[in-house]
Amino acid sequence: MASKTFRGGVHLNYHKELTNQKPLINVDASDVVIIPLKMHIGQEASPIVKKGDRVLVGQKIGDTSAFVGVPVHSSVSGEVQKIDTTLLPNGLRGLAVFIKNDGQYELDPSIKPKASLEELSSREIVDIVREAGIVGLGGATFPTHVKLCVPEGKDVDYLLVNGAECEPYLTCDHRIMLERTDELFYGIEAAARACGAEHIKICIEDNKKDCIELLAKRCGPNCEVVALETKYPQGGEKQLIKAVLNREVPSGTLPYEVGVVVINVGTAVAIAEAIQKGMPLVKRAVSVTGDIVNNPGNFIVPIGTTMDKLLDIVGGTKEPIGRIIYGGPMMGTSIHETDEPVVKGTSGILVLGRNESPLIGEPDPCIRCARCVDHCPMHLMPNMLERLVSKEELDKAKKMGLNDCIECGCCSYVCPSKRHLVQWIRVGKMELIARKKREDQKIASKAIETA
Amino acid sequence: MAEDLLIIASSPHIRAKDTVQSIMYSVAIALLPAVAAGVYFFGWYALAIVLVSIGSAVAAEVVWQKLRGQALRVSDGSAIVTGLLLAMNLPPTAPLWMAALGSAVAIIIGKQVYGGLGANPFNPALVGRVFLTASFPMLMTKWALPAGYDAIASATPLAVMKAGGTVPLTNLFFGSIPGCLGETSALALLIGGIYLLIKGHIDYRIVTGIFGSVVVLSLLMGLDPVAQLLAGGLMLGALFMATDMVTSPVTPKGRWVFGIGVGLLVMLIRNGAGMPEGVSFSILLMNAAVPLINRTTRPRIYGR
Repeated sequence: MASKTFRGGVHLNYHKELTNQKPLINVDASDVVIIPLKMHIGQEASPIVKKGDRVLVGQKIGDTSAFVGVPVHSSVSGEVQKIDTTLLPNGLRGLAVFIKNDGQYELDPSIKPKASLEELSSREIVDIVREAGIVGLGGATFPTHVKLCVPEGKDVDYLLVNGAECEPYLTCDHRIMLERTDELFYGIEAAARACGAEHIKICIEDNKKDCIELLAKRCGPNCEVVALETKYPQGGEKQLIKAVLNREVPSGTLPYEVGVVVINVGTAVAIAEAIQKGMPLVKRAVSVTGDIVNNPGNFIVPIGTTMDKLLDIVGGTKEPIGRIIYGGPMMGTSIHETDEPVVKGTSGILVLGRNESPLIGEPDPCIRCARCVDHCPMHLMPNMLERLVSKEELDKAKKMGLNDCIECGCCSYVCPSKRHLVQWIRVGKMELIARKKREDQKIASKAIETA
Repeated sequence: MAEDLLIIASSPHIRAKDTVQSIMYSVAIALLPAVAAGVYFFGWYALAIVLVSIGSAVAAEVVWQKLRGQALRVSDGSAIVTGLLLAMNLPPTAPLWMAALGSAVAIIIGKQVYGGLGANPFNPALVGRVFLTASFPMLMTKWALPAGYDAIASATPLAVMKAGGTVPLTNLFFGSIPGCLGETSALALLIGGIYLLIKGHIDYRIVTGIFGSVVVLSLLMGLDPVAQLLAGGLMLGALFMATDMVTSPVTPKGRWVFGIGVGLLVMLIRNGAGMPEGVSFSILLMNAAVPLINRTTRPRIYGR
């Protein structure tokens, strides 16, 4: 059967062979772990420990009362050194808990297996998932309990399990599917119960034949493995839903609007850990890879471990480093310093040499080749959006879909003039948010005046 | 930049290999079979026309950019392509000064006055050709028979067909017919066109739209569709001029509209107007419609 796909997108050089045969290896945390209090979309957690406290593995160190927000846990045992703002991998500054790792990895006494899946109600599963601090591990870091908590009146019939792993280089989801199959199916079952989905589809790009074969054998009666064409950004939630179910998520809404919940394979395994062992999300699978890396591989890394430690583990690089990218080459963020920590959304670490991704200077003029239009998986016109944003015509840009952009970067990738298309679109989106904030403030201050 | 500092940039961190320059040089390479055919059928003088035309286009671009105090960007290859295309559109008897003048007009009036690369609404080479046709109608229609034919001047196949005559299809296909320097050999043009289609440098929708509408209209009008495809400037125009990225629509649907529009106009001019051929005018007219086509054929955004 032909692999399913969506319209648009690009075929890339995948470089997956660097690590796709390398089994997941557990590694120790760095001597000091840096655990940011906001590693998710939504409200930042507030610290609930203080300098000098001894914390244990799995102990909650930060929490929030907001619905869109999750608690944060310690990945090591040791002493809290300080709570301070630090540079996060997304380039912003945020509060983080610095913990001196004592190397004992002493478990918090609260870590105990939960009830069996049959005994748990959907509400209870959602609560466990929230308390475990689980967020979308594909990189988007949307709190998983919010996804599973389907609002009244919405019916979810499909749970899509995202094993597309469409970014080049990254292979940690590939290895999870092969090596953590039992937990994967347990987590899928739990997620399906929580959101009430009757049908399950595990979606995998056809460059991972071994996963497709293995998981197809393990599928139950309401479950199916779907092979997808290897094309970026197939793992994008909206592209996945279009390819597999031929449904389109209406602009500005979430997938349950069309009866779908999508979770990443790594997230499913994290859910299993939270129920079976009671272990919150304190570790994640990370591919540390790149052609210049001496011993690239896939690792289970305690959250908060710094990049220096991982560079040591892979034995350094053959050439001077140009960029260190958290995530894949298409959507990842390049970090400033090697002392930045692995966070919940770090799906991989890609190390590129200085020649592999040189800085792009002044772009050439647009020659209207329309490659950006042809390849946009959201069917936008990035060339127009770039022009409108750079001329500060944001209202027009909004009408032409500025906020529909998923920032996959296909437009900038294919542009022969090397224009900064998605980058301009990001500027426009941020400017829209800033503008809304200014207006809200104006309204608020007016309300105070008239009161 | 210090050697030990990391590079910080907004994603994507990798870019595709194609550049403006690589695309332009590919187009130039794709035209070489047709240049070779022109030289084979019309002699070394054809090559002189090509070289003068390219030289003049490049010189005009350099002079303009120097005078305007702009950064020199002839190395992007677009002037070479314009000069080359203009030469392909000249009769093989054209005086060299005319080739030089046409190229300079193509670059300056056809491209630079609008703001240079990417900003021109009309195909520059066609602007040059139409300028020459309007200024020197006699010189622009002085056809020569291909080498080996014992005649001084002749009518083009389209003129012959319009007068009720027929031309052997094999002559049309291989190019041993009177016509412009680069337009006679359908075979040579197809080789280049297929190369560009495979590389993704020309859009299949425009090409299919033109060929498709010409075939359909030929059948409706009772004309030989194959002869209509092979004769005149259609191959050259459809594969290399209508597909010019800068002057064709950016939307997928728009490129269908554009291609079909060119085909319709070509058949209208060939069979309803005084001129035997109208590929240049058809493309220029559709170039003028591009902003309107773009505005009315925007793709439907996912989820809207």
